[in-house]
Amino acid sequence: MTKMDKSTAFSRRAILKAGGALVVSIGMPVGLDTVLAINAARAQGARPPLVPTELASYIAINADGTVYAFFGKSDMAQGLYTAIGQIVAEELDVPFKSVKVIMGQTASSVNQGGASGSTGIQFGGKQMRAASAEARRVLVEMAAQKLNVPADQLTVTDGVVHAKSDPSKKATYAELIGGRYFNVQLDWNKQIGNALYAPGKAKPKDYKDHKIVGQPIPREDIAPVVFCQDNFYITDIKVPGMVHGRMIRPPVAGAQPVRIDESSVRDIPGIKVVRQGHSFLGVVADTEWGAITAAKQLKVEWSNAAPPFPENPGAIYEHIRRAPVRLRKIEKENGNVEEAFRAAARVIEAEYEWPFQSHASMGPGCGIVEAKADQATVWTGSPKPHYCRDGVAAILGLPADKVEGISLQHAGAYGRNDAGDACMDAAVLSKFVGRPVRVQYMRDEGTGWDPKGPASIHRARAAIDASGRVVAYDFYSKGFSRWDVQTNESKPERTLAGHFLGVELKSEDMFGFPSESYEFTHKRAWWETIGPLLDRASPLRTSHLRDPVGPQIQFASESFMDEIAHALGVDPVEFRLRHVKAPRDIAVIKAAAEKSGWVARPAPNRNQTGNTVTGRGIAYASRNGTIVAIVAEVDVDRRTGKIWARKFTVAHDCGQIINPDGLRHAIEGNVVQGLSRTLWEEVKFDRKSVTSVDWVNYPILDITETPQTIDCVLINRPEAAPTGAGEPSIRPVAAAVANAVFDATGVRMRRVPLTPDRVRAAMS
Amino acid sequence: MARFSLDVNGKVHTIDADPDMPLLYALRNDIGLNNPHFGCGLAQCGACTVHLNGQPIRSCATPISAVGDAKVVTMAGLGTPEKPHPLQAAYVQEQVTQCGYCANGWIMTAAALLRDKKKPSDAEIRQALEGLKCRCGTHMGILRAVKRAAEMIG
Repeated sequence: MTKMDKSTAFSRRAILKAGGALVVSIGMPVGLDTVLAINAARAQGARPPLVPTELASYIAINADGTVYAFFGKSDMAQGLYTAIGQIVAEELDVPFKSVKVIMGQTASSVNQGGASGSTGIQFGGKQMRAASAEARRVLVEMAAQKLNVPADQLTVTDGVVHAKSDPSKKATYAELIGGRYFNVQLDWNKQIGNALYAPGKAKPKDYKDHKIVGQPIPREDIAPVVFCQDNFYITDIKVPGMVHGRMIRPPVAGAQPVRIDESSVRDIPGIKVVRQGHSFLGVVADTEWGAITAAKQLKVEWSNAAPPFPENPGAIYEHIRRAPVRLRKIEKENGNVEEAFRAAARVIEAEYEWPFQSHASMGPGCGIVEAKADQATVWTGSPKPHYCRDGVAAILGLPADKVEGISLQHAGAYGRNDAGDACMDAAVLSKFVGRPVRVQYMRDEGTGWDPKGPASIHRARAAIDASGRVVAYDFYSKGFSRWDVQTNESKPERTLAGHFLGVELKSEDMFGFPSESYEFTHKRAWWETIGPLLDRASPLRTSHLRDPVGPQIQFASESFMDEIAHALGVDPVEFRLRHVKAPRDIAVIKAAAEKSGWVARPAPNRNQTGNTVTGRGIAYASRNGTIVAIVAEVDVDRRTGKIWARKFTVAHDCGQIINPDGLRHAIEGNVVQGLSRTLWEEVKFDRKSVTSVDWVNYPILDITETPQTIDCVLINRPEAAPTGAGEPSIRPVAAAVANAVFDATGVRMRRVPLTPDRVRAAMS
Repeated sequence: MARFSLDVNGKVHTIDADPDMPLLYALRNDIGLNNPHFGCGLAQCGACTVHLNGQPIRSCATPISAVGDAKVVTMAGLGTPEKPHPLQAAYVQEQVTQCGYCANGWIMTAAALLRDKKKPSDAEIRQALEGLKCRCGTHMGILRAVKRAAEMIG
């Protein structure tokens, strides 16, 4: 059991009912009280083992007939909670309001991968749909026995199983199983994480029967934000006995602390300086302000490390071109590309550049760890509680099953940000001081030391024959791998704490290639990765940032499609429709063009006068089954070079839409964040370290620069399995904007970000 | 260390603190109001915004010793689920937030705008909210919500 002081730390009601299952007031968010109650229930031996093969690992019916859905993924604040509730309610035939989705807790859910790769609905929802359908089947079987009516003559309405012919012959879910757990085995595919799938015997409903799925049900987790509900965010959690930690990072990346003057922080109440391993250095104090003050005040002499980085961010592209290739991978090849280029009448070629970018989360990473001799608890802002638990266990030298991971809402992560790193630091500090330690990073760590989206260059070529046909297309990327540290914090080697303690970085090779359905007789897509600039604890180590390497690749490939269209004097939409072959892709491109009022003509839009010129551009991409086309309309101020992306029209096909309102909001966020990354975002550094450490030197899009309109065309295909929507629509944003800028100005921008200085320079 | 009396959401709290400590930490850790968030500690993002005598200020960069007897209002002091401020109601109706970590900045700043200016134009709203940060990119929803709240206020 836990020592939590419920009366002060946790405000919501949790009642344990005899028989094991629970009744908790329905409403968002899931609080720690719920977890405590679940632990209590498990302590009674009421719940079968938490394994993927047990139906009880996903669904429970409470004594009052309400439903718990135990979900091993997390809501990255895009309304997944609501969508999963809809899927579960639909399959179980219960009201949406009676379902509570419990996620982010290692104590109550199996590892479905946490938030990852826009798979919350695509994979997570698929599993919850299968489990809910199986639960309904079992409940109907139970009712058949109880009512002595064959199962095929029963139906379910709002959690009541009744005879189709005689509604008075009925049994409620609560009567059938309420308060007891299912004892039903599922057919597990032996996968853990995103790929986990364990269906039962039941077949989910036909989409034609859906009543809850597809509805724009509002999120219930917005009111708690604006009315400041206690303990909503990870940053709000206060564990009894908790003290505060802050970290001290080297001024030159790679340097070690060689002398520490502890007397410089003697005046801070409760101060402890924690120096471990190669270069791990943190402070712990009684109060948060004490820890912040100590981290600033502590006098440290650092080793004379060789500055590891190139002169400036611009030099990074030359470094990438010259750096030895670590891995080359040809992802796609048809025809004979080299031969086709040799025979070409004309070759079009261009190269594009994309900088390091930061997650720069609104709230820097935050975690609390209570480490004891033989067990630990981690409260984490990481949306991957199972992996975070594994990492904390490893760094503390405990078995994973002796550590509990509890994930709470934090500022949007948008990939593998610094949330898990904060927990690992907290674990080391907690073990040292023997008390629960809360670490929240400062802004310079949140921007300067988070894992970065990789910098890259992209080279595209097209071979044109004598009749003006594109016969060959070759797309090549070279860049830092996207996996210097893996996409979760499950091992010390993937975290700053591990690196500072002395664990070696194990950078792995992964990049990507354009995701589209252009067909050319000869076509190739390939990439090469290079090694990191610093072998550990690097503020430029790479990992996943929203739609990993998608925006940069598609910026290049979709800009290049426009360059070919321009060279051939063809309208950019028409050019795409000539070569794109997948029917759903074609439909999406047409939908975006039509909704935006696209009138066919080649770019650029010449003969514009005045200081402000306007243009429109299209770009399209697919991503793991989802297809997006975006038309951007921009104004460019020729005097300043400043771009205003006035309007976006987004056509989006992610198969079956679970909640159109949630989808629309996710798309808007993608477009605005994508626009920010296109116009402003570039991690700056000097030879010593990253110099983008706050919102002044890592600017993002301002509200004064926000579009006037984002129009969404949501193409619903209820017959098709739902695919992801958390990331695909960020993918074509940069190219759509760059293509619109070309249309407006006749100038092709091939390096992101498209800052006013760069645009002005390119125009002059 | 020194002793300070803070008038927060109509209640007076007495705390002992370093005079240089920003108001944010007094609110979050001493008074237990988790409403304003730590975003930057540099007055650059707005996540920590509260009202000081009705004016939106960045509590992360306001030393507690500078507060004096000014009245502090946090987002929780703006309204309740039963009696919401129009901006809080509009935020829920427009389903603005993704993670919501930035909401203090937008709502507290817009509340001052709508108090001082009836039916501001789109340009006036953008101008008043300039500099606030939202990483999730909910800017479109924020603009809709402020306009909706302005309508409610009339």
